[in-house]
Amino acid sequence: MSDAESPPEFDPEAPNTGEDFEPVDVFPDSDDFDLRPGADSCYKCSTCDTNCPVAEVDDEFPGPKFQGPEQWRLKQSEEDYDVDDSVMDCSNCMRCDNACPSGVPLSQMHNTARGEYVSEQMSKFSVEYWRNRILSNYRTSAWLASKMPRVANAAMNFGPARWVMEKTMGITSEREFPAFATETFREWWRAEGGAAGSRERAVASRERRGEDPDADKKVAYFHGCYSNYNTPEVGKAMVRVYEHFGYEVVVPEQKCSGTPMFANGMLDDARRHAEANISSMADLVEQGYDAIASCTSCSMALRQEYPELFDIDGVDEVSSHTFESLEYLRIHEDVRDELGAADVDGELAREFAYHAPCHARNQGLNNQAVELFRDVEGVGIEDVGDSCSGISGTYGWKSEKYDKSMEIGAEMFEHMEDADGKTGMTECPTCAMQMEHGTGYDIRHPLELLEAALVE
Amino acid sequence: MSRWCRTRASPPTEGTMAIESEVLVIGGGLGGLTSALAAARAGADVRLVSYKQSTLRNASGLVDILGYTPDGDGPLTDPYAAIPALPAAHPYSTVGVSTVRDAMALFDDVVPDYRGSHTDTNALVPTHGGTLKPTARYPAGASAGLASDERDVLLVGLESMVDFDADRAAEHLEAAGVPFDVRGVTTSFPGDLRADAKITRYAKLLDTDGEVSVKGRKRPVRAALAERVGRGLAGEQRVGFPAILGDDNATEIREELGDRLGADVFEVPMGPPSLPGLRLEDALFDALRRAGASIETGNPVAEFDGDDRIEQVYIEKNGAKIPNSADQYVLATGGLVGKGVESDRGGVYEPVFDCHVPHAEDRYDWFDTDVFGDHEFARFGVQTDDDLRPTQADGSAEFENLRAAGAVLGGYDFAAEKSGSGVSIATGYAAGRSAAQEAQ
Repeated sequence: MSDAESPPEFDPEAPNTGEDFEPVDVFPDSDDFDLRPGADSCYKCSTCDTNCPVAEVDDEFPGPKFQGPEQWRLKQSEEDYDVDDSVMDCSNCMRCDNACPSGVPLSQMHNTARGEYVSEQMSKFSVEYWRNRILSNYRTSAWLASKMPRVANAAMNFGPARWVMEKTMGITSEREFPAFATETFREWWRAEGGAAGSRERAVASRERRGEDPDADKKVAYFHGCYSNYNTPEVGKAMVRVYEHFGYEVVVPEQKCSGTPMFANGMLDDARRHAEANISSMADLVEQGYDAIASCTSCSMALRQEYPELFDIDGVDEVSSHTFESLEYLRIHEDVRDELGAADVDGELAREFAYHAPCHARNQGLNNQAVELFRDVEGVGIEDVGDSCSGISGTYGWKSEKYDKSMEIGAEMFEHMEDADGKTGMTECPTCAMQMEHGTGYDIRHPLELLEAALVE
Repeated sequence: MSRWCRTRASPPTEGTMAIESEVLVIGGGLGGLTSALAAARAGADVRLVSYKQSTLRNASGLVDILGYTPDGDGPLTDPYAAIPALPAAHPYSTVGVSTVRDAMALFDDVVPDYRGSHTDTNALVPTHGGTLKPTARYPAGASAGLASDERDVLLVGLESMVDFDADRAAEHLEAAGVPFDVRGVTTSFPGDLRADAKITRYAKLLDTDGEVSVKGRKRPVRAALAERVGRGLAGEQRVGFPAILGDDNATEIREELGDRLGADVFEVPMGPPSLPGLRLEDALFDALRRAGASIETGNPVAEFDGDDRIEQVYIEKNGAKIPNSADQYVLATGGLVGKGVESDRGGVYEPVFDCHVPHAEDRYDWFDTDVFGDHEFARFGVQTDDDLRPTQADGSAEFENLRAAGAVLGGYDFAAEKSGSGVSIATGYAAGRSAAQEAQ
């Protein structure tokens, strides 16, 4: 035991995250994040590996412990070390992050390794590269489709077209493309009077609730691509629920959260979108707005992946002011009390089989829907267990991953079928696709139920 | 050294109201879960918050009460009989033997598929190192392996699982004088699994009875495994596998393998990560959900308000501070492994509330130079009053509404005594019940 060679001070509990942390300049030429403390903190307990849904079914995949700390060390010690191509088999569910008892930033390590693999090792002329790029830029396809949604809906599920996509691009023809709405959320929002309309309705709510009409209750809604183009009813429910509680809602300019881009190692694309989102959210945060997302992968990106991967002005402020939609209300309003007095009748007076998305789990939100709704009159809700749905965004859309995706999802399908409810519920759009694909159930978002319970 | 955790509150995220409960339990291991269950069953509105996944995943899944005295005498036959003679500072002395019994009754009531409650006597369960561990409760899956059973045993090792050397374990058991013959064989697991396949991969394959490729033919894995092991069987009536036999359908898998082998099948508890530990964790969380508690995992308690009394704590999420308030609090954050007790060059501390942790000034006194010697660090933890409230150096309570449970407590060496689970369950139960009574 030598006292002389004391290591530089860092807290192994929270590597590379504290403001006090000063990395030693071990790799002076590198602009990358220094993830050494993360690698050093790993004591190989393998808890992360037991959380990996891919390693449970895929004999090619070495698991998160290898992808993270072990590969990071290999990269530093061997000059010509190439990132192992298995990093593309990680679905970016991020379950390992929440698992590590030692604070190793596993998903940050995976994201940086995957980014490096795609930018330096993957051929830009390969089908895989372009397939992944198209899948991860869903917003662009959705934007195009929204210009003529009916035509797009017919074309996207047209058999021969899907056969060609499968054969030439490796996009599975097993799944149905989600339908595009004939009116996007943003179009609806403008027709409702935008921010000015929301302010009027919020003030009226505050008066009805006996609150100060001038109360400073305002939020910026990050609707994400899916609520805008595919399920505007979720966005509408968000607006109506928040206005019911007296919040003024604004809907700033925004791009994709970047979630599918991280998962495909398209970090340049992700950064471009992140810069646009941060720039629009940071101004609002400065004015006292909090950012609210209804998709748990979007909130995850703004909260955790942005600050872990990008050094953008305002990124930390936006991160600490971003919340998931139910979570925020639970912190700021007595939702439990109001729900206690509510009862649901009509279309949503049903039993629900609820699945917590992995990204909700990683934000500590996996129990909130069940805890909120379990005592509401007129509805029932049951958790279908802690397994991953298996689709993980773009993962389950890839031909070569489809079978694995369904194998991972089998446990959830089985539990859904065992549950009383024959309607599914989840916060994540792609989990919803998988739930519907595996069971044929109609899948709803918790905000829709909250709207049914609380909004006249 | 930045002690990020030991901070009284800076201003919270604006405009927030606290998430409220009557009892707030901090920590999601055996101590925290038992505490929350006991409080919920006593009628309290309970919330449990936990930072990372608990150390239960690293635990064997065996639930011990006391295997050896602090002086090293043992293995003990009756742990309850030995409790009254423990030192005054021991957590069992604080709660008393009848509380230990009540707490174990709660455990037996909420956790299915455990055995051992029919007797006060310790069972001796073979471990993956070939030792015999005295334990009060054990998973049903381990029950056919008990050393008190006189039927001969075949231990099955898997080539890729280097943690379990079946031959060596068998030799150790023989040397320990078990009353039966024991033999080890090592085989390869059927199929093309990678050499470093995760325990969850084996478990999933067995759970779903998935197909594996054996000599170019597709076969269900359970049948293929039984066939391979059956070839090495020489009349033994019991067969022990490393604990990888399924997660959700463990009983069914054991029974099917047993039928095919014509022998009773058991699991040998393994080191981390451990499926029996995982199954126990799942069972306890399920029980807590059924008891109506609210649960939040994934974010740390970083700060608190209060002087003599804890007013509220703050959960940190990516820089936002979310207040949680309760009438009563239970600290069940674990010990040195679970990071409920931390140390640096300056001293030993409890990171959430900075409760007093007695320790020698000179850190070279914290350990013994003999590896298996009497280490002071093994007993590091908070000291409490009779009601499990952590005390300051002068013996007065740190906070009137904070109790501590599990490995964050000092005064005992769970690794040497084999008392870790029992202390967590007993003190968790006592702290949870006491908190619930006070909250009402």
